[in-house]
Amino acid sequence: MSSGRVGYIAFNTFREAVRDRVLYNLIAFAVLLSGAAILVGEISIDIERLVVINLGLTAISLFGVLIAIFIGIGLVSKEIDKRTLYTVLSRPVQRWEFVVGKFFGLTGTLVVNTVFMAIGVFLALLYTAHRFEKMDAWVLVALYFIVLQFFVVCALSLFFSSFSTPIMSAVFSFALFIIGNLADDLRGFARMTHGFGGWLATVIAYLVPNFASMNVISQVAHGDPVSGQLILYNTLYAIFYSAMAISGAVLIFQRRNLK
Amino acid sequence: MSAIEILDLEKSYQVGFWRKREKVGLRPLRLTIEEGEVFGFLGPNGAGKTTTLKLLMGLVFPTAGSARILGKSMDDPQVRSQVGFLPEQPYFYDHLTARELLNYYGQLSGIPAKGRSSRVDQMLTRVGLTDSAEVQLRKFSKGMLQRVGLAQAILHDPKLVFLDEPMSGLDPMGRREVRELIQQLHHEGKTVFFSTHILSDAEALCDRVAVINQGELRGVGAVAELTSQAEGRVEIIFSATKMPPALTQLGAESRLRGDIASAVLPEAQQEAALEILRRERLRLISLTPVRKSLEEYYVQNLQPTENRKGVGV
Repeated sequence: MSSGRVGYIAFNTFREAVRDRVLYNLIAFAVLLSGAAILVGEISIDIERLVVINLGLTAISLFGVLIAIFIGIGLVSKEIDKRTLYTVLSRPVQRWEFVVGKFFGLTGTLVVNTVFMAIGVFLALLYTAHRFEKMDAWVLVALYFIVLQFFVVCALSLFFSSFSTPIMSAVFSFALFIIGNLADDLRGFARMTHGFGGWLATVIAYLVPNFASMNVISQVAHGDPVSGQLILYNTLYAIFYSAMAISGAVLIFQRRNLK
Repeated sequence: MSAIEILDLEKSYQVGFWRKREKVGLRPLRLTIEEGEVFGFLGPNGAGKTTTLKLLMGLVFPTAGSARILGKSMDDPQVRSQVGFLPEQPYFYDHLTARELLNYYGQLSGIPAKGRSSRVDQMLTRVGLTDSAEVQLRKFSKGMLQRVGLAQAILHDPKLVFLDEPMSGLDPMGRREVRELIQQLHHEGKTVFFSTHILSDAEALCDRVAVINQGELRGVGAVAELTSQAEGRVEIIFSATKMPPALTQLGAESRLRGDIASAVLPEAQQEAALEILRRERLRLISLTPVRKSLEEYYVQNLQPTENRKGVGV
């Protein structure tokens, strides 16, 4: 059954990633950064909470994205290079099942990773403020949006790695992450530009992933609420964008000769 | 029913920066392997053996032609549940143990959860890895990885097993074990298609072999058939302390070891040579036609087509 095989591949990807020491190092590094947040919080009078949330969530986002890109780009190419893919695809496994399984394995890893890092941030908050406040619940929404970003970045990494080299895939994915965080500015620029340039800027602005709308770190750090409409929009947007990128990866991978 | 029917399978790649140059991986290949056969696919490195296996496994797509495996199209996903494959110099997931890896492949092959664990244990025993079952594969030697590779190839009890250079990089003991495993598979009635460039293994194991070079099939047949092609020469072995000069004058390639002499000479000179032995009162031990070894056949068939003469395909 397809869902079964996708699940087995996802679990194996998750297990491999968790046992990979690089992942542990990144978690340790993130924990260190949360420690730094506490230190900065102590020397920043009255804005400890702001600094801890800002630094903690930014670290989670950045480390998660790095993991998503660097593991994501290697998910398929490493299996081709090491020929582990041959023994998988010589079984009754469809190529799309492999790609989708890999995607869910990596996103699963990132969700677990984020949970651990989020616990670190909440502990840091508790350490600096000695108690939780009602508005801290919005941090969970920011974390949810970060996870949605990971889904999109994982899908993009898989998409790029389905046809290009690991280095180029990393460059493309990271560039799109940066541009996606500036999506609002790009859309503003498109509105101000006329003619072919304006049309081109509009197309690009709507083609790149809109990570800007998924970044509410600063908002929640100030204790401002996040609208339910934005939560729904970001959820649907991330699902749609990831599905498109994964479909593209599958379409390319289906036709690829494995050397 | 044939186990494998390769119908003019062909593969070429576009190479170069602009992908304008064409590189031929496999010229149209037509080959049939019967069920229960152990079939050797011989050729030097880069001959097209791995390309053929990858085509049959659906890992690369043919430029032209098709193949039927166990009576079904090679593109049919159902075929894969009855086929086992060991790639050349296999490498597996570093952080999994041998048991975890086999269990994972068992899941992907659709082995029911109920009997999967015992099947994995059986395979570990069969390839002699029971003691290393819980060791992560990154700590395995090349020979141990090859054994894991063999175990995963036969884990789901396939009817047809493809092995790409299964003896490559193994020590003599390892090679012997792989040979024994192939023989066992043969006795179980499975079809084994294996590529190799180790001719002694092919000679010892195969019902039939095919020789391929530069992507082109150069010959196919039973080992005995290929090696029995008359060379038109005979070898005479007789007792003698020195080589009779008359025999040398006949153009014999002679050799003397202790009091045993041997002479290889054209079949047309056979009667004359026997007459010399009778005249010299030398005792004839044996007279046998010279058979070509598989190695000689192989070497002869690796030459470019225009240089070869009398090659039976």
